[in-house]
Amino acid sequence: MADTGVVTVYGNGAIYETAKKSPFSVKVGLAQMLRGGVIMDVVNAEQARVAEEAGACAVMALERVPADIRAQGGVARMSDPQLIKEIKQAVTIPVMAKARIGHFVEAQILEAIGIDYVDESEVLTVADEENHINKHNFRIPFVCGCRNLGEALRRIREGAAMIRTKGEAGTGNVIEAVRHVRSVMGDIRVLRNMDDDEVFSFAKKIAAPYDLVMQTKQLGRLPVVQFAAGGVATPADAALMMQLGCDGVFVGSGVFKSGDPARRARAIVQAVTHYSDPDVLADVSCGLGEAMVGINLNDEKVERYANRSE
Amino acid sequence: MALVGVLALQGSFNEHIAALRRLGVKGVEIRKPEQLHNVASLIIPGGESTTMAKLAEYHNLFPALRDFVKMGKPVWGTCAGLIFLANNATGQKTGGQELVGGLDCTVHRNFFGSQIQSFEAEIPAPELSSKVGGPETFRGVFIRAPAILEVGPEVQVLADYPARSNKDLDANSAVEDQEGKTGSEDRVIIAVRQGNLLGTAFHPELTADTRWHSYFLKMIGEVGEGSSSSVVAVGADSNLNQPRIDLPVFQ
Repeated sequence: MADTGVVTVYGNGAIYETAKKSPFSVKVGLAQMLRGGVIMDVVNAEQARVAEEAGACAVMALERVPADIRAQGGVARMSDPQLIKEIKQAVTIPVMAKARIGHFVEAQILEAIGIDYVDESEVLTVADEENHINKHNFRIPFVCGCRNLGEALRRIREGAAMIRTKGEAGTGNVIEAVRHVRSVMGDIRVLRNMDDDEVFSFAKKIAAPYDLVMQTKQLGRLPVVQFAAGGVATPADAALMMQLGCDGVFVGSGVFKSGDPARRARAIVQAVTHYSDPDVLADVSCGLGEAMVGINLNDEKVERYANRSE
Repeated sequence: MALVGVLALQGSFNEHIAALRRLGVKGVEIRKPEQLHNVASLIIPGGESTTMAKLAEYHNLFPALRDFVKMGKPVWGTCAGLIFLANNATGQKTGGQELVGGLDCTVHRNFFGSQIQSFEAEIPAPELSSKVGGPETFRGVFIRAPAILEVGPEVQVLADYPARSNKDLDANSAVEDQEGKTGSEDRVIIAVRQGNLLGTAFHPELTADTRWHSYFLKMIGEVGEGSSSSVVAVGADSNLNQPRIDLPVFQ
């Protein structure tokens, strides 16, 4: 690739490293440390403390949670760096923040204030309809959304070190997240049983780089950590996503738009650890108070954030 | 075949189990106190130490873990696991966090700073190569890693690393002031052993080099010579699903 030289291979060499100071292994490494954990959206230091106390493995610092962005409309941008700094001061767990799709200067700002992960997110208004951020240019790692395998592998090729489903943020409706994770996992299962000769045409069909498709075929999973996001509102939703094969869960509006955030946060954290133990799931699901309002996605007036980028 | 327990509350437990599998050893996930009875050794993986502490607290794991350590069974903590095993930890979240303890040392959480200061390096470890062979250095991956600032007399230092001037980085939440402790020398300790306890600040489970796992298995073997109870036959297998396919490791 670039003159800076390929330092190390990841797997069979499908992912290149260009940034000397922050090799891909270190970027992926943090995502691996987040596995089996819950990442929660918070809008101030107080909520960040609640999330940390509940056992969140990271927090996403925002000005508005997706449910409010949906309700209020307008252009959603990167949060005020001051707010992100305050949240970072308040907790010792990793702090993530969102940048608009294609808005690499927002990402540069986020890198400069020293946060741990950037989410290039369709929840914010898109800044570039054609191009995503070239994430190889950054020392900070990125997480990106996807709806299917092709989209996930395109993001990984652009340098994303972690993938999440897009789901439909701020709806409290898990249907889209299920659709997306089913789509990714289903495609991987198809790919695994495919003859090597057919992979070229499959790569073309899903519009993904051939080498990454081949690596995914060999591994039988995405070559980076995959989280679920977009519509998770209950412990059962979180455990569902884990049983479908995700490595962890993002909870956006689900926690702090509910009746008893601290308790619900704690329950979701436990549900993700004990995702395959129905006794524990039953136990933690009891008496959580009111869940966030759900939005029925059959309503055509509801804007689909997931379709904002390819 | 020895059965090695891996604390599976959160973090890189899959990676540890995969590393053990490469060495022909079965790792079992430990989520509840009673599951600790089935294993004779334990790995506490990397992850978010506050998250792991919270989950351990919810399921009342701390007394069982302390007993496990007190009984002299081999325990290895990587990164967050090292913090768990330390007698003292600084740079904690407001209100502190519960520790298992047993390793006579003081650990500083997030010593090297946030993700952007995470790094990897080739680190010499004579003890490792003399015990299990291979090159004299290993590839240490440090992710928001802790470091050991002080050790007691019984603790054997296996590896250290030049400390950076990070005084300004940890100014945020560090209640304790450890300037006097680090001031004397410019190297911080990143791997220690005390009896049957092993602690590493980096993540051997993220690389293809399984020598640290071999080293830990040797420690288990040493205990086995004394008492036969440590080698456990593969008994009740609590596998719920088919084993999960894991991420690639770095060559």
